Amino acid sequence: MKLIFGRPAGLTEVNQRYCPGCGHGIVHRLIAELLVELDIRERAVGIAPVGCAVFADEYFNCDMIQPPHGRGPAVATGIKRARPDCILFSYQGDGDLAAIGTAETVHAAARNENITVIFINNAIYGMTGGQLAPTTLPGMRSTTSVQGRDTGKQGYPIKVCELLAGLDGPYYLERCALDTPKNIIRTKKVLKTAFQNQINNKGFSLVEILSMCPTGWGMTPVQSKKWISEVMSKYYPLGEFRNRAKEEK
Amino acid sequence: MVEKRLMYGNHALVEGIIYAGCRFFAGYPITPQNEVPEYMSIRMNEEGGVFLQTESEIAAINMLFGAGAAGVRATTSSSSPGISLMQEGISYIAGADIPVLIINVVRGGPGLGNIAPAQSDYYQATRGGGHGDYFTITLAPNSVQELFEFPRLAFELAEKYRNPALILADGLLGQMMEPVEFTFEPIDPKTLPEKNYALTGCKGRERRVVRSYDLRSGKLEELNWKRYKKYQEIIKNEQRYEVINDNDADLMIVAYGTCARVAAATMKMARDKGLKVGLLRPITLWPFPKDKLAELGARINNFLVVEMNCGQMIDDVRAATRFRPQIHFHGRPGGGVPNPPEVLKKIEEILGGAQ
Amino acid sequence: MTRELIIAGFGGQGVVSSGIILAHAGMLEDQHVTFFPSYGAEMRGGTANCSVVISSEPVASPIVAEPDILIIMNEPSLIRFEPQLKPQGLLLYNKTLIKSEPKRTDITIIPVPANAIAEELGQGRIANMVMLGVMAKKTTLLKLDTLKKAQRVRYKKASEEQLNLNDQALERGYNFL
Repeated sequence: MKLIFGRPAGLTEVNQRYCPGCGHGIVHRLIAELLVELDIRERAVGIAPVGCAVFADEYFNCDMIQPPHGRGPAVATGIKRARPDCILFSYQGDGDLAAIGTAETVHAAARNENITVIFINNAIYGMTGGQLAPTTLPGMRSTTSVQGRDTGKQGYPIKVCELLAGLDGPYYLERCALDTPKNIIRTKKVLKTAFQNQINNKGFSLVEILSMCPTGWGMTPVQSKKWISEVMSKYYPLGEFRNRAKEEK
Repeated sequence: MVEKRLMYGNHALVEGIIYAGCRFFAGYPITPQNEVPEYMSIRMNEEGGVFLQTESEIAAINMLFGAGAAGVRATTSSSSPGISLMQEGISYIAGADIPVLIINVVRGGPGLGNIAPAQSDYYQATRGGGHGDYFTITLAPNSVQELFEFPRLAFELAEKYRNPALILADGLLGQMMEPVEFTFEPIDPKTLPEKNYALTGCKGRERRVVRSYDLRSGKLEELNWKRYKKYQEIIKNEQRYEVINDNDADLMIVAYGTCARVAAATMKMARDKGLKVGLLRPITLWPFPKDKLAELGARINNFLVVEMNCGQMIDDVRAATRFRPQIHFHGRPGGGVPNPPEVLKKIEEILGGAQ
Repeated sequence: MTRELIIAGFGGQGVVSSGIILAHAGMLEDQHVTFFPSYGAEMRGGTANCSVVISSEPVASPIVAEPDILIIMNEPSLIRFEPQLKPQGLLLYNKTLIKSEPKRTDITIIPVPANAIAEELGQGRIANMVMLGVMAKKTTLLKLDTLKKAQRVRYKKASEEQLNLNDQALERGYNFL
């Protein structure tokens, strides 16, 4: 018998503890496959966030570091500048990247730091129990906005790709989603470009991924995918926001 | 004889960092240490090292976390308010057992305070500073020469014990000029040994993980006890101090950094008047030289602690001398710098005038 | 032997440079030296002062509370620092710019028309060199030649013409007494 589908060598044997229907497992797998396909697993240093993916340092089969909440891009910068041959990926959620770590994100992008940032946008704080995130949609319920996000009191969501596209610095910015097989394949392609940019010393790449949180959203996995397709991706349109490779042509 | 160069303290510090084989610096401008990043940017450029002016002290300390975890010698420099911002990162670095060097050119506080020399960050420096059970090795230079020499010592201690190290200076030391002897050859970073924890990519070895957390039941407790043992080793092995004129002393001044310079001048004036005054200068503030103080405290009846704050190190002096001698205090908080005549007056009050 | 000095004046009068030249000259003569500038609110413009200690033994404190020698370049500094001078101390002051008279009677006072002499050489801003020259003659603390060497280190980017002019100002001060 021939094994045609198995665990990629970019993942450890540790069982992941994500909820059923969660998007993290999918993105972990895509990254892990790319670590092997691009032959960078032995050069890679991954940054685990604070949030549900805090255990990413157990899941990825490469060197890993777990920094303070939001400081991933700064830690990645330190490692990259000290060891330019390493391939750095900072894996971050919306609280990590777009709330507490906004400054580190914006400035790493402005420096065009040669790192790859993977931004999981699920519009909610998963690990702490479903509180309002900087990406929670207007009117969307969370445990700290039980009537729905009131933009008069709680302001508006941050659209990270659009925000960073206002800077001259970043090399590559794209938003994709995990709601359909087609979009998952697209996500892998985008992640691959983001890693290749770093391998080619091009600079800062950020991939924003709209991802399901069925537990935090109070939906089934199927409803969650549908919600991304019908609601979330309308507020956060998919697509390329910056690709200097195209400008350079 | 080694050639002497007249140098600003802040510049000597930068040379000391370069000579120590450090090629990574990240920091955010703040008075009174701006000469450090300014001069460092030039020197790192010359040496092919990394110089990063960051968006905040928070970013700077986390870049150090990354660089330290990658196994290179890494330094940041700041002053009190900036060091407060770094405490989160320092706690994580201590919790991950990563050696880095942090310079605090202390200024008056709390809050924005002022930009004058101070020693009001003693508690913060010697008690860990951030959250959790940890300590940072803390060195207190008192001359431009020591500003040159201590970065190397700090890195050696930091790497020996895998622990962050702090150099506690102040604006006066940084902005004064003194002749400096370059007492050792510059260390080539390439000759420094590889670190067995360094994140370099897992080619040809097991993957490595640097982290400060452990959520498994009981594991973090074990880890803290293990680190506690390391701290006990440091306390046992690394207490450093300078002691002068203790043999016949009726009174010992205890002072570090700038205050130790003032105290040394005061001691001379007092001796000229026939007052038997000695000086103990802690060089490591953590570990505090408590063993020497215990010995002195058993035979000398008067201690005068001189600090540029309202009284912080005095607690360590009291504890080390087991509350036996009389312990007096002369302090100048908020950026005040004591001068020898005022300290002498205090000594005369204690000892009852010239003998 | 330990000698403590304070040099004070307006920003731009070469006060800090004078202090560094003195410290450097002391080092060249194998003395122990410290130099400490006053900073803070006075860093940009306004008044400036610095402390220099030159000693045959290691310098205990770089902070000078009661100087042995005062070099005063402007009026506000005279008012501020004259009371701090040690009894029997030496006060050199810039007579060209300071109209009031020092009040102390327990000190040696030497008025020097420093700016006037410097202007004769064609450059008011080298008045600080004139003052250092006077001090060298009066105190024998440092040799004139050493000061000439030290100023060349301090102003290493200056033209040879300027450096020669500085030397002349030092000499004019030295020969003033």
